[in-house]
Amino acid sequence: MRRLSPDALRLALPVLAFVALLTAVFVLRPNAMSYNGFHLLFKLAVPIALATLAQMVIMAVNDLDLSIGTYVSFVACVTATFLVDQPVLGWLILLASVGVYAGLGVVIAWRQLPAIVVTLGMSFVWAGLAVLVLPAPGGVAPSWLAGAMGWKPPLMPLAIVLSILIAVLAHLLLMRSSLGVLIRGVGGNERSVARAGWSTLRARALAYATAALFAIASGITLVGLMTSADANIALRYTLLSIAGVILGGGEFIGGRINPVGAVVGAMTLLLAGSFLTFLSVPPDWQIGAQGAILIAILGIRVLLNRLEAQG
Amino acid sequence: MTLLARPWLWSWVAALGVFIVTIMATSGASTIGLAQAALTFAAFSVIVGLGQMFVITLGPGNIDLAVPATMTLSGTVALKYMAEDNALIIPGLLIALAIGVAVGIGNYILIKALRIPPIIATLATSFVIQSAAIATNRGLRIKPPALLAEFSTGFSLGIPNLAWIALVLTVAAWVLLMRTTYGRRIAAIGQSLPAARMAGIPVDGTRVATYVLCSVLAALCGFLLSCFSGGAALNMGAEYLLMSIAVVIIGGTAVAGGNSNVPGIWGAALFMFLVVSMLNTYGFQAGVRLIATGLIIIAVILAASGRRTS
Amino acid sequence: MTVAPLIQVDTARVRFGEVRALDGVSLAVHGGECLGLVGHNGAGKSTLVSILNGGLALRDGSLRADGQPVGWSINAARARGLRCVFQELSLCPNLTVAENARLMHRSLGGGAWRRRARAVIGAALDAVFPGHEISPDVQVGSLTIARRQMVEIAMAFADAGTPPRLVILDEPTSSLDAGLSAQLLAHVRRFVAGGGAVILISHILGEVLSTATRIVVMKDGRIVAERPAAAFDHAALVAAMGSAARDHVARRAVSQAAAVLQVPAWRGGLPFAARRGEVIGLAGLGGHGQTEMLQALFDHANPNWWPARDPAVTFVAGDRRLNGTFDLWPILRNLSVGALGDLARRGLMDRRAEAARGDDWQARIGIRTPDMGLPILSLSGGNQQKVLFARALSTRAPVVLMDDPMRGVDIGTKQEVYAIIRSEAEAGRTFVWYSTEMDEITLCDRVYVFREGRIVADLSGDQVTEPAVLAASFAGAA
Repeated sequence: MRRLSPDALRLALPVLAFVALLTAVFVLRPNAMSYNGFHLLFKLAVPIALATLAQMVIMAVNDLDLSIGTYVSFVACVTATFLVDQPVLGWLILLASVGVYAGLGVVIAWRQLPAIVVTLGMSFVWAGLAVLVLPAPGGVAPSWLAGAMGWKPPLMPLAIVLSILIAVLAHLLLMRSSLGVLIRGVGGNERSVARAGWSTLRARALAYATAALFAIASGITLVGLMTSADANIALRYTLLSIAGVILGGGEFIGGRINPVGAVVGAMTLLLAGSFLTFLSVPPDWQIGAQGAILIAILGIRVLLNRLEAQG
Repeated sequence: MTLLARPWLWSWVAALGVFIVTIMATSGASTIGLAQAALTFAAFSVIVGLGQMFVITLGPGNIDLAVPATMTLSGTVALKYMAEDNALIIPGLLIALAIGVAVGIGNYILIKALRIPPIIATLATSFVIQSAAIATNRGLRIKPPALLAEFSTGFSLGIPNLAWIALVLTVAAWVLLMRTTYGRRIAAIGQSLPAARMAGIPVDGTRVATYVLCSVLAALCGFLLSCFSGGAALNMGAEYLLMSIAVVIIGGTAVAGGNSNVPGIWGAALFMFLVVSMLNTYGFQAGVRLIATGLIIIAVILAASGRRTS
Repeated sequence: MTVAPLIQVDTARVRFGEVRALDGVSLAVHGGECLGLVGHNGAGKSTLVSILNGGLALRDGSLRADGQPVGWSINAARARGLRCVFQELSLCPNLTVAENARLMHRSLGGGAWRRRARAVIGAALDAVFPGHEISPDVQVGSLTIARRQMVEIAMAFADAGTPPRLVILDEPTSSLDAGLSAQLLAHVRRFVAGGGAVILISHILGEVLSTATRIVVMKDGRIVAERPAAAFDHAALVAAMGSAARDHVARRAVSQAAAVLQVPAWRGGLPFAARRGEVIGLAGLGGHGQTEMLQALFDHANPNWWPARDPAVTFVAGDRRLNGTFDLWPILRNLSVGALGDLARRGLMDRRAEAARGDDWQARIGIRTPDMGLPILSLSGGNQQKVLFARALSTRAPVVLMDDPMRGVDIGTKQEVYAIIRSEAEAGRTFVWYSTEMDEITLCDRVYVFREGRIVADLSGDQVTEPAVLAASFAGAA
């Protein structure tokens, strides 16, 4: 029997976890197996999946972004205010923030700064900007956005349709295109890529900009679903996104990422939260459970690596 | 000796500068109050900052993101155990410290056994610890025993008691870092882990001791903070994560490891508090405060990296 | 009118600090020839290759490509069809073979690049290794080492717009079995017959003899012999690499003392043993497993969790930047870090004892500095190495492992340190000394020669001679 490729094996874990959790949820709540059930279970899947993809691109170049949560919150606040009254200015602000992200990527690489500390500092900058834009919870979703996110397609809930679409697009962008190869190559063997004549600084800037675009999509869709915003709306996305990438088969270094896995991982974490709620586990323990899941995945990964090395 | 040659002086000079600017806004009416408030809040930052400094000294990638959660859990559990009883103060303190030891060992087990970067290991444990803290804190807000509440909000010789504690810990940390074999070992590991190993230094043992030290200091800080605040709030550690890292870096410790700066932590802690109060005094909103904090960190790291590469 | 050589260097001189890596080398490579480059450690082969492929700038001497003096760099070299295959992996292990091809050949861009990349690398693999069974869509990280090397080699011979004209192969068969090696060498002959040029570096002399059209023997940065391949045979090559007869070195008789270190059969080779008071040499070409064994000996005896009261082994690093010096520290701390326990009372450092030990060793080993409190990097390379020696020798460990520590050190320092090693050995200390210098190897009481990761020869007493070491270092048949 031909051995499965490592990528396929890595995808198996999140898919199995997802299926197992889905089955468990259906056992607990049989009426969740319906259009509305799916709609409710995966309502917030799209923004979380997009934030996870943003983190994944940063991890592809061996960095880690601790500001994803506050950045998505900032985008949400801008969406709920500027994009409604002054759309041109709003889009310009968002565009400028992409530039800031790209600049961060360049500066981190060029000056050899620790991405952790820089992004931790930036998280406070985005948080402050979010509070300035929207001091109190409020704002509204632009009408076109609320309409789009409120659409109910016939067969599958919008969340599922969009999730599949996003996974496919991310896969094409990061696993099939030249840009994706360049970004992952920088993560895999930066010296060789540089010696082959590529500008690794430019590649990193592109990676950070791509991540920012995913994060912007996350913030916008979040507002579309919640129809309002506040400065803290997506703070937990930072930790969730890291967990989602890992669960989906990505690694911290080496440029090994899996876009489809990341989306599945994000949805699995979302499902895990619902599952715990159905089990009447108090919300207090849900965050701890997410930590435990992360640890369990990493532990399984180490075991698998060791088995792979022996066999 | 130029300012550039002594990085930790910057933080003291900057703190003094901000102090003066703040006083000017109120025409000197609040000098003593501001100084005492600064010392009190700086004390908390210093305690966690010392622990974070030891971990950061171990070299690039070493950081403890579980500090806020550890603070919260230790404060919550200790207060619950002491149940406002003065007689249980010592056991309560010991329990808090024991939590620190357990967290530190747990962090290192994850780092070593699962071979994950310290950032992720401490992040994961912080989830679990935070949950434990939330679960423990169900119900009434428990107050600290009267003696402790009095002590933590009291003054000796005009200086807050908490600042005295932080000062004692600072001196101990300085001795540990500069005068003991342990201090030499972590500085060696921070400069070059392969070189430290080949020089005969027991790398794993030194690292686990350092992570335990950091968690114990975080636990102690949580204990004191909850006594000071009259109870353990669930988000009480939140701002201390960035603060613990910021005071280390702004205080002049090399982010790349191997070179730590103890006096600088005090200057940086005072500076950070005074910046916030200056912004408040001058009527700036909360958002500006957050932005300023973040930009200061980034600016300092940029400046420090420039110094190293030139 | 003759065609200009593809590449030509004249009187190239390269110095790294004290070391003369290239000492007036003139070499020309023409199309249609396979140049075999042979030499022992320190011959200058790697430096010459770095000059040719543009990785190292040539400041003293001239370089001409196709007869023209040009500004040379890695990109310029690639643009003129020069390819290089080293032993370290230059591929991205997380990408597939085709994706790696895309990155390494920038001209493969545009739409449908994947199909073109597959075609290019597939064609190259088919040409060099017919019947290879490597799919272009497999992740490089999941390939065996042999297959990875096949891909690297095929990349070099691939034509993605700029056809390769000169391919430099540095130990290309180190991970290939006999069949694959034969395929590669056959392709090299075809490539050369079709007008291309190849520089082949290999320690398997049979390969060089059977494939090269011209063989160049280097030693100590110079070319010592250059003839058509037919004019050489195995013995002649080994002889050419050697030097004039050396003075007989007084050597200790084979020791009968108890063994302090033993490794039964390291990686399937001969067993290793070191006895008290001996100076054991680890010889052979660089990178053939010596450092791995030293590392294993050290890791086995070194504590990881609690400082040892009585250290069993100590280590002198050769690669100072990697695992030797602590760059932020002064000289004194770099010296004392190996024996912290001895210089402390109940955990607190005794700074006076530390300073006294520093002065003591400064005098004993001759560290030239006015002040032991100066940063370590203020010292010359040789003096830095002396500090590393003092660090190890000042511990109480009975066994000293040395990882080619005298590389790049001036001759004066070397002589001083050799004397100290001798006297310490007389006093009962055991030295395990990996060295790439023949002079040092011949100083040892017993020598183990490494080849391809394991010990292949165990020489002692009068057997410790340069010809014997050379003969064991180089493999015979292809």
